[in-house]
Amino acid sequence: MALEAKNVYFRYDKKQSWILEDCTLKVEKGECLAVSAPSGYGKTTLAMLLSGYLKPVKGQILLENRPLPQKGVCPVQFIYQHPEKAINPRWRLKRVLEESGALREDIPDAFGIERAWLDRFPRELSGGELQRFCVARALFSGADYLICDEISTMLDAITQAQIWNVVLAEAAKRNMGIIAVTHNQHLAERIATRVVDISKKEL
Amino acid sequence: MEQKNGTLLEIHDLSVSFQMYEHGIGNSNLYRGLKQTDLQVISDLHLTVYPGEIVAVAGSSGSGKSVFASAILGILPDNATVRGHLHYKGEELTAARQRQLRGTEIALVPQSVAFLDPLMKVGAQVDGHRKSQPTEKRRSLFRRFDLPDKTPQLYPFELSGGMARRVLVSTAFITDAQLIIADEPTPGMGLEQALEALRLFREMAEEGKAVILITHDIDLAIAFADRVAVFYAGTTVETAFASDFKNGSDALRHPYSKALWNALPQNGFVPIEGFQPYAGNLPKGCLFAPRCPYKKAQCTADVPPIREVRGGEVRCYYDV
Amino acid sequence: MKGQHHSINSRTKVVIWTVVMAVVFTFVYMFGIFASDEAAAGSFLDAKQPPSWEHFFGTDALGRDLFIRTLKGVSVSMTVGIAASLISAVIAVVVGIAAATGSKYADAFVNWLIDLVMSVPHTILIILISFALGRGLKGLLIGIAATHWCSLARLTRGEVLQLRAQQYVAVSRKLGKSGGWILMHHLLPHLVPQFFVGLILMFPHAILHEASISFLGFGLSPEQPAIGIILSESMRYLSTGMWWSAVLPGLVLVLIVLLVDRLGEHLRIIMDPYSAQQ
Repeated sequence: MALEAKNVYFRYDKKQSWILEDCTLKVEKGECLAVSAPSGYGKTTLAMLLSGYLKPVKGQILLENRPLPQKGVCPVQFIYQHPEKAINPRWRLKRVLEESGALREDIPDAFGIERAWLDRFPRELSGGELQRFCVARALFSGADYLICDEISTMLDAITQAQIWNVVLAEAAKRNMGIIAVTHNQHLAERIATRVVDISKKEL
Repeated sequence: MEQKNGTLLEIHDLSVSFQMYEHGIGNSNLYRGLKQTDLQVISDLHLTVYPGEIVAVAGSSGSGKSVFASAILGILPDNATVRGHLHYKGEELTAARQRQLRGTEIALVPQSVAFLDPLMKVGAQVDGHRKSQPTEKRRSLFRRFDLPDKTPQLYPFELSGGMARRVLVSTAFITDAQLIIADEPTPGMGLEQALEALRLFREMAEEGKAVILITHDIDLAIAFADRVAVFYAGTTVETAFASDFKNGSDALRHPYSKALWNALPQNGFVPIEGFQPYAGNLPKGCLFAPRCPYKKAQCTADVPPIREVRGGEVRCYYDV
Repeated sequence: MKGQHHSINSRTKVVIWTVVMAVVFTFVYMFGIFASDEAAAGSFLDAKQPPSWEHFFGTDALGRDLFIRTLKGVSVSMTVGIAASLISAVIAVVVGIAAATGSKYADAFVNWLIDLVMSVPHTILIILISFALGRGLKGLLIGIAATHWCSLARLTRGEVLQLRAQQYVAVSRKLGKSGGWILMHHLLPHLVPQFFVGLILMFPHAILHEASISFLGFGLSPEQPAIGIILSESMRYLSTGMWWSAVLPGLVLVLIVLLVDRLGEHLRIIMDPYSAQQ
């Protein structure tokens, strides 16, 4: 039971140099792997490859030894850095949860979502508040793996700790695998069971 | 307002609000859709900047940090209302003076490439209206940031994220500004380039200039600034020495700063409950009061005054 | 300091313009339908009268009341204008979406088609289409509808391309939503304002084209009291001093066009994020 990248190469354009070169990585269910590197080492690219948002130019992304499914709810869910871009600005927040089937009675409390927020529009909430919706949406899609791309970078430390505590608790309860991309060494050490630095070439 | 000697920039009780429609288009209630209200984004902000220092303004995204930068420069949109006092070198910073000083005495490192003219080549744009010698200075700046030789001939859309950042930083360094306001200058830069930019900021400070470093990254603020203004819900609750953050939560002065310190992953990673209030939803009195463990009746009635405690400034009634 | 509050904000202006327009349109339309043919028929005894209390706009060479004729004409023109711009706007949205979501070839074809249509002056194209379809209401309508969709289609295509690249659309796909679901829930609602602004700004063009093509004799048949027909008839008598027969109906046409244009412009202002909060 694992999600893995096998000798993955990626670039957007043949004229470019490789953004990722021969990258191999594996995360088991129940594990939290932190991928840490300074900006410019393709952390986000790797995260998007692992969740199927991008296709590798060479190499494979395997979920339980099979390629990621193309149709239906993807068992690998991705959470973006900027929640305000990842939520349709014309939707009331209730619909954001409905979209993934996460509009259940117990969800708001579990994620620190106030019920009054459900009837508001995204621009009426702060980034930290919106990010809770993105996390809830991803967790309750029924995913087995969660890819978190700098999800707390733009938030203050208190909100960061609140959100990660929720994510880690839920993940432990459901034995999910987590890949947390972060440039913050301290955060990586705090949340992860294992830390890899993709800027150093020994994975 | 009383002026302190030798300050470069003083900000007292700065508030900024925006006139907005109460509801988005498509709201079922027509009357409310037509009503406009003032949305307060910055409330009673207090900050003093001395020559020769880097002051970080650290807070989460969406808490109004960029609005604060625009208010100093006088480049807010038309639906904004500004109250409070700004003093630059001891003199009131009026709209006319802002127009005169921005770009020469006060420079901005903008947050995104959207601040560049899309139809103008980067080189000419960084030179700006300062003709004659700047080209040489620009070349050396671009070399320091290891921007490729062809960069001046590119248009803004041709820049990669990291290159754009470095170009934006150069637009401020090329001026002889005494005060540089850097709005999130480092994200997207590689480690080396970010360090180079921060080294340049430090050099400027050593020449007697001042840098306001606006950032969401408290670690960066602690590592590179002399003093850190802790930004919460559109106000500065405390201005502490960067070293205070290294000495632990007892060295800090405001309950929010302490809570922030305790929530850092390298410390406790223990969050307090609740959320930062959002513009349009601000509580009366102290903005942190609803979440504050030391809250008393006074706190929810009036905004606490700024007090000097152990060399720093704090907006709280109590020594906690 | 900044921030002088204006007493009327842009959204209120839109509401006011909409109400004014609705009142004027309903009046003209009702008049066009209910004014009896006798009232419009007139007699030779009243021919060539200048404007008076009895005949606001005077009478034409056949003694017909020009005020009634003008209102009837404007209501015919409006019907053509509304129908043509509606058809055109629908074509635009469908074509725009097809180009943005379809294959590379579909996109190239649509872009080629848009360039083709836009490269020929509208008036000539409408005349050709109208002529080929035997003139009359049908020819004119199809002619106008077939020429006005281009810029809105291009706008829609760009908008959809941009929307499809949004993170929330990518997330929706990973949550297992189908292309149709995403189109209905994420894309179309964003296009509604574009659609209406495009539709309203298209209307003045459509009505002016209708009038000019009819004026030139390639549009509606002479029995129909369309505004273009009235104007072209009046040309014959203009040199005999019957200024009112051209000026007053022309003025009404200009007013209607300006009214709709203002509304469209205000709508655009409140939809545009740069000016949305004024």
